[in-house]
Amino acid sequence: MVDTQSQPPPSSAPRSRTPSMVSATEGPAVLVTGICGRLGKRLARVLHRERPVVGVDRRPFVDKPKDIHHVQVDIRRKKLKDIFRNNDIKAVVHLGVMHDPRASSAEHHSWNVAGFGKLLEYVSQFRVPKLVVLSSANVYGPQASNPQFLSEEAPLLGGQNFSDIRDLVEVDMLAQSFFWKLPETETVILRPVHILGTVHNAPSNFLRLNPVTTVMGYDPMAQVVNEADVVHAIELALRPGIRGIFNIAGAEPVPLSRLIKILGRKRLSVPFSIAKVVLRRMWALRLTTFPVPELDHIRFVCMVDDRRAREVLGFVPRVSLEETVLSVDEGRW
Amino acid sequence: MGGSVSAVQPPTLDRRSRAPRGNSRSALARLPAASWGPAALLRRVLGTAGGALDDVLDRLMGEPFLDRLSRVPLALGTSGVDPFGLDPHWAKYVLMSIGMMHRKYFRTEVHGVDRVPTGRVLLIANHSGQIPIDGTLVAAAMFMDAEPPRIVRAMVEKWAVGLPFVSLLFTRVGQVVGVPENATRLLAQGEALLVFPEGVRGISKTIDQRYQLTDFGLGFMRLAIETGTPVVPVAVVGGEEQYISVANVDALAKLLRLPAFPIIPQLFLPGGQFPLPTKYRIWFGEPMHFSGDPDDDDSIMEEKVWLVKQTIQSMLNRGLKERKHIFW
Repeated sequence: MVDTQSQPPPSSAPRSRTPSMVSATEGPAVLVTGICGRLGKRLARVLHRERPVVGVDRRPFVDKPKDIHHVQVDIRRKKLKDIFRNNDIKAVVHLGVMHDPRASSAEHHSWNVAGFGKLLEYVSQFRVPKLVVLSSANVYGPQASNPQFLSEEAPLLGGQNFSDIRDLVEVDMLAQSFFWKLPETETVILRPVHILGTVHNAPSNFLRLNPVTTVMGYDPMAQVVNEADVVHAIELALRPGIRGIFNIAGAEPVPLSRLIKILGRKRLSVPFSIAKVVLRRMWALRLTTFPVPELDHIRFVCMVDDRRAREVLGFVPRVSLEETVLSVDEGRW
Repeated sequence: MGGSVSAVQPPTLDRRSRAPRGNSRSALARLPAASWGPAALLRRVLGTAGGALDDVLDRLMGEPFLDRLSRVPLALGTSGVDPFGLDPHWAKYVLMSIGMMHRKYFRTEVHGVDRVPTGRVLLIANHSGQIPIDGTLVAAAMFMDAEPPRIVRAMVEKWAVGLPFVSLLFTRVGQVVGVPENATRLLAQGEALLVFPEGVRGISKTIDQRYQLTDFGLGFMRLAIETGTPVVPVAVVGGEEQYISVANVDALAKLLRLPAFPIIPQLFLPGGQFPLPTKYRIWFGEPMHFSGDPDDDDSIMEEKVWLVKQTIQSMLNRGLKERKHIFW
């Protein structure tokens, strides 16, 4: 991830902005942060056909469609304000939440909380009428005492056993505070369950393991959703009049063993005490991307009640369970 | 009768699943799909034994077990489990074992099971016996003697949900975590929920307090009113004498962080670890309907709960008077 400084060179002093800062969009645009991720690119390709898209990401947008205006900048920097000033941003979709468990917690916090805070500041300052934040059902946290289906009102206890997820919970709460701080902006928080697809997130990486390692004596029910359906949910959330928190789930809940069976992979069952010790050692030696608390996801239930998304948002998952699970093997390189 | 059952294809069970129905091989699909080691050997052994076991048990029970299982109203998904993880194929083996207990060991007499309404219902029963055999026998009665057969759902303590294997077994036979949201959803699904409002206080009674109901929790009443569910009072006689507890040492219980520490002399005798073969008698009462505000004061709830408690107590008293012998 290249972090370029978009400072105007001193020789171009008469021009206060670099060419990339000049508005390249006509009409009301959607600002998408984290556009260079797999989910962001998918969303961009769907959105740019209908409305102008401005992308923000630290990474360069490789094979970007011609009519998308991409700004390669860190959202914590002041340059973000220029994007708002120079474009008619009518909606912000915040996908740029850092989920990398290897990043230091300081970096994590600075990016997720400080960066998002800055973004919210500009949304407020420039009176952007729509804000969509991609949170996650992980904020509820997988625990033994969870109800089978968590509603949007359930407390966000994800940070109880897994401290790294605390700033994701904080992002969700910051977005929630926007409901009352800036009621003119239609804030939407989407909490999808495990997203499967070409994305490189924990659930997809878990299902790409061979053999898939599970904890002996546990087979929790789980919900998964395909990345294409998440993009569809974001599209629905962008419509005027939609505001609030929505749990997003895909196909019906199934036991974890069924997900593994669909993939046809070998399965290795390890007792919890051994799994904990071995995983901790592997994490220390950088042999795995799964921190130990994530074992709770394959022991306990963390499922959501998505009635609100179906009734208010009109969301219906279009990708079947089998296709969703098999999509983790697509486009691997 | 036993031989023809294995050919029956239950229509209501598992509409769209691809696994074969009506035999134990489908249950094997749910075992861990390891291709080496003890799990694979277990699969092979069970595969040959399973089919034979089905027929043997059917003949022993003298009843069309699989047929009953196919008639239970369940909300199964495409993978053959309901949203709470109930898997009829696992449930089958557990139901067979408790069915054996129900018919052969405790020789349960069931009265009034036809009074239990179809659709959602809250079964409220007295608790006894140190271990919840009363619960399993009520479940057995609802499966073997009720029409249509029902798989009763009970609430599991939160600490039990964290245990490996045990929690998985509980889930696969339909038992759920004891939180109000789960109860509400199950009742909305039209399930039968079994609740013991006495809780631990009831199950760990000493022999001198037998059949005297202790304090009832109010949660079930709020649930019944909120969901408009009929309450069926259930009186279970026979549980208090299966493990005769002469004292309950609270201090030791607190020290060992156990819910109770009963002194049961029979445990020291050879074979005394098994419950005594008392003859269980279960009475199902008339459904009671309650209305009002589920968020009402405790005092208002207590009045309604008192009605249920008194009904169960009088059913118990009548049953005890009619009972001539404990063991037969």
